[in-house]
Amino acid sequence: MMSAAITTRPPTAPVPHAPAAGGTRRRSRLRQRLELAFLLTPALLLFTGFVLVPIGVAAYYSLYSWNGFGPLTDFVGLGNYVEAFSGDVFQSAIGHNLIIATLSIVVQLPLSIGLALLLNRKLRGRTFLRMVVFAPYVLSEAVTAVIWLLMLQPGGFVDEILRGVGLGGLVQLWLADQSLVLYTLFLVITWKYIGFGVILLLAGLQGVPPELREAAALDGATAWQTTRHVVLPLLGPTIRIWVFLSVIGSLQLFDLVWIMTLGGPANASTTMATYLVDHGFKRYEFGFGSAVAVILFIICFLFALLYQRFALRRDTQGALTGVR
Amino acid sequence: MSRRNTVGYLAAFAVIGVTVVPLLFVVLGGFRTTAQINASPAGLPGPFVWDNYREVATSLQFWRLLGNSLLIAVIATTLAVVLGSMAAFALSRYFFRGREGFYTLFTLGLLFPLGVATLPLYLWLRQLNLLENPLGVAIPEAAFSLPVTIVILRPFMNAIPGELEDAALLDGAAKLGFFWRILLPLSRPALITVSVLAFVTSWNFYLLPLLVFSDSTNFTLPLGVAMFQSEHTQDTAKVLAFTALSMIPALTFFVLAERRMVGGLTGSVKG
Repeated sequence: MMSAAITTRPPTAPVPHAPAAGGTRRRSRLRQRLELAFLLTPALLLFTGFVLVPIGVAAYYSLYSWNGFGPLTDFVGLGNYVEAFSGDVFQSAIGHNLIIATLSIVVQLPLSIGLALLLNRKLRGRTFLRMVVFAPYVLSEAVTAVIWLLMLQPGGFVDEILRGVGLGGLVQLWLADQSLVLYTLFLVITWKYIGFGVILLLAGLQGVPPELREAAALDGATAWQTTRHVVLPLLGPTIRIWVFLSVIGSLQLFDLVWIMTLGGPANASTTMATYLVDHGFKRYEFGFGSAVAVILFIICFLFALLYQRFALRRDTQGALTGVR
Repeated sequence: MSRRNTVGYLAAFAVIGVTVVPLLFVVLGGFRTTAQINASPAGLPGPFVWDNYREVATSLQFWRLLGNSLLIAVIATTLAVVLGSMAAFALSRYFFRGREGFYTLFTLGLLFPLGVATLPLYLWLRQLNLLENPLGVAIPEAAFSLPVTIVILRPFMNAIPGELEDAALLDGAAKLGFFWRILLPLSRPALITVSVLAFVTSWNFYLLPLLVFSDSTNFTLPLGVAMFQSEHTQDTAKVLAFTALSMIPALTFFVLAERRMVGGLTGSVKG
């Protein structure tokens, strides 16, 4: 949601004011400087102090072996980074993040598009349906995690429902089976975030002119052909933004995993972020944890830059030239 | 056409089921006893047991969590919106060298999610002596909400016609007076959008308060829900009642703000 606005068009410049005459000019420039300082400085201080400085500090700490107390003396260079990348647990954590990201695109995207197309139709109670689909998105991750933790307990709600409808054979140790836990978590993630994709796509669908569909229908296109060749291409920018947000979200996945499994059993659901918290805080390996934070940051940053450059760029150009 | 709508309604029912059933499980489970839930997890309450809800709703713990969350969210939102709108004003209605540079600096923050920064932030907050302090959570949340606030507000403020500004200045208003009396009131739709975004982000945030607070009297609602669950594993009914009550503020807020949120998002995606 946050980054959706990156593609915002560059603002059009308002008409500059006529320069003030003669001697008042210097005074008005001084005045403008003071006003600018008054307006910009607080935001800049806040942003620098709590967004930029911590990153710099982390990069510095990451070069030391440090338990968080006392002076930094044990300089290890890039040792923390080498240790992180060569560890099995961190490697599998990266793998888990990538699996979640891939599954999101393969499963959630078609599902979101389908739901958005459905909710865009003239069904009775459509407004209510929209509200219902969005509801899980507004719940906090913590509440979602607790709800599903309880529902998925062995012999719990989900198991009883499955047995009740004659699918008892499907009952699993949802959160305790090492080969299953990641996929169970993915289902919970889908439940929680599908509404966000639907919101975005519905907004995108509102930008598809009805005349285009009517024209396609007049030319003899079936409903499916119209959707596939007229509507979906027009949703392109929205879909690309959704993919961006979804991948960034998958890379940072923490809350749900931490509350539901703590990354377990036996690290089967560890993500980069749970690994970071586990090592940085639980084990007081602050130098090492900082290195992991920097790695996570660089991965997100690189993805964001590359994606902006290759996928979102077209959307910005489209916006500039007025073609949507 | 009618066949297509039948499929549509079937799908709609499936969606409602998958979405609502877990929520009903929580709300209705709160009206049962733990023994009943253990015997039949998917059963309905009968007769309704009010004790769980009564105990949670009359506990100091629940209201303290709510209060802490509210305090932090209000501080974070106020800081982000006040400072963000001032900066957006400077970056949209003034002309100076480096203006685009400042703007780019703020937009960089969009690429840099709060979750990633938490460990370094924690160390930084410890140095500033802000651990166990609501400000230690609210200030960083505000800082991380600044980019999106500025990115949404700036184009909005730019779109307000320059003639209005000229007229105000001709009438003798100072530029800051124009900002306060004319631009801000006109920007209200965008201000509401950014406020909602900042508020919800803060309200739901889990990781930063988890690290900043170790004293449970400082906990926010998300932390409290998770803690309550892990401390009362034997009392499922009470956990469900606690969770159900803690869902109410977010759901109410959402019902009230839904239309505006969708509108705001539409704007931000289309640019």
